Amino acid sequence: MNASRSRFLGGLGTAATLALSFVWAFPLLWAVSTALRSEEQAVAQPLRWLPSPATLSAFEGVIAQGNLTRWYLNSAVTSLAITVITIALAALSAYAFSQLQFRGKNVLLWVFLAGLMIPFEALLIPMFRLMNDLGTVNTYAGIILPQIVSPIAVYVFKGFFDQVPRELHEAAVVDGAGEWRILWRVFVPLSANVLWAIGIITFIAAWNNFLWPFIITTSPDMMTIPLGLTQVQDAYGLRFARTMAAAVLGGLPVMLAYLIFQRRVTEGFLTATGLKG
Amino acid sequence: MRDTVSNAGPMSARVTRRGRARRSAALTAALMLAPFLLAYLLFFIFPVLRAAQFSVTDSSLTETGRYIGPSNYVRLVQDPDFWSSLKNTGYFALLTVIPVTALGLLVAIAVNRLILARNFVQALFFLPYVLPVSVVTLLWQWILNSSFGIVHALTGSDVAWFNTVSTAMPTVAVVTIWWTVGFNMLLFLAGLQNIPKEVYEAASLDGAQGLGLFRFITWPLLWPVTTLLLTLQLISSLKIFAQVYILTAGGPFNSTRVVLEYMYDTAFQNLDAGYASAIAVAFFVVILLVSLLQAALLSRRA
Repeated sequence: MNASRSRFLGGLGTAATLALSFVWAFPLLWAVSTALRSEEQAVAQPLRWLPSPATLSAFEGVIAQGNLTRWYLNSAVTSLAITVITIALAALSAYAFSQLQFRGKNVLLWVFLAGLMIPFEALLIPMFRLMNDLGTVNTYAGIILPQIVSPIAVYVFKGFFDQVPRELHEAAVVDGAGEWRILWRVFVPLSANVLWAIGIITFIAAWNNFLWPFIITTSPDMMTIPLGLTQVQDAYGLRFARTMAAAVLGGLPVMLAYLIFQRRVTEGFLTATGLKG
Repeated sequence: MRDTVSNAGPMSARVTRRGRARRSAALTAALMLAPFLLAYLLFFIFPVLRAAQFSVTDSSLTETGRYIGPSNYVRLVQDPDFWSSLKNTGYFALLTVIPVTALGLLVAIAVNRLILARNFVQALFFLPYVLPVSVVTLLWQWILNSSFGIVHALTGSDVAWFNTVSTAMPTVAVVTIWWTVGFNMLLFLAGLQNIPKEVYEAASLDGAQGLGLFRFITWPLLWPVTTLLLTLQLISSLKIFAQVYILTAGGPFNSTRVVLEYMYDTAFQNLDAGYASAIAVAFFVVILLVSLLQAALLSRRA
């Protein structure tokens, strides 16, 4: 009696969870459903849940218009560059902090920690001024450079390098390997998981960054996806199928990246917030 | 290190060799640190110092102005627009921080007990979080469109959600909660999985069940994750800008103009970068105070 009642309640809970997850996914599903319609069908009354007939004309219209492809390119180039440079800078210095002896190590680590208190948002004005003085406003360099410094990545990598048994480092030294070689041949392969995890969340964050590209780009051809999509609403006005097609295309790369690398993304967020490591 | 093992050679030669090894180790360390440190100096420390410097000048966006002492700060304290932007930011924090954390906990508990389709359901809740902000705003502008949106079609309501003083900020808050709850769920799920099954078994042997298990096991053992999330959410809610800028541009009647929006308008629209830098410094101080205060409050509970 008690068991069947609790099984009934459990089933009810599962059903409620599934229903809520459907509600949560609804805005996305509705965007896809709208994007697959003709413009007339998108605003037709009474409401229809599914497109009939489904058409790709909105997607074709958005792609033919051209800007979106350019924004994809800008986002891909800048996000990849940001990811590679961030990981390389952080891994190199994390290795030095973890494995090498030098003066001022702890002071530097403390400075980084204190620096985390200062939000990037508070630095927009001097950062813009710096980029203006360097002549990099509205360029890839201008988008990339302020996003390559990640003390959190240094901390995470240092934490992982610290866990590598000291004997491995010593054995490699005895074998005559230099520090660069040891980093590349021993530490990087051993930490491949965390490098990938932090790499993927760095990429997603760079791809999604709105604020900085918004400040530093001045013309539509230099915009990244998050920025370019804000133009779509004005450009398409009441053409909702096209607006939703643009939104779906804009969200697709990061959604695919997440679905393919779900485990690594999860790991990345947990490591970066210190819940796992 | 190898030269300490070998006894060959006179003392002095060994010492120089070791000295050289140490110097080359220091050089290696310097070379490995240099790229990060240079970038850190140029793209972090330098802007930090300049933000402070600009805040006591009448700088424009591209020219450093004259030193004018603390007058930007005096102006700030007397500026009703600044205080109202601070109030609007606080209102947004109030509408989002606790709700999104609580909802994240609820969803995590619900997803955690699923056996079938667990990863799939988890992905559904998490997916919005990986979307760029402008995709999120496009979706919701369409759903809430007062003439053609689905909310209008289903309920007949023709409220202009983002254009009405009483609904603008709460709607921005709902959109933000939808967007970010997945992150909270993810961290809570990790916290739940860290609680050993044996603890629950022992507690149920002692007669605890249902809500009792939650009250005496789950809640206290999750507290570290809860405090972490409350802190992260509070800080990120104080930094709100993009959603507000895109959805309402601070309107209607400045009712959603948050601190960063005000700073942006002052610096990049009015080109008053000196005064905007004072706003930036104040913004930093607010974040610092709030996080210190919260850290103190939350650690006392634990």
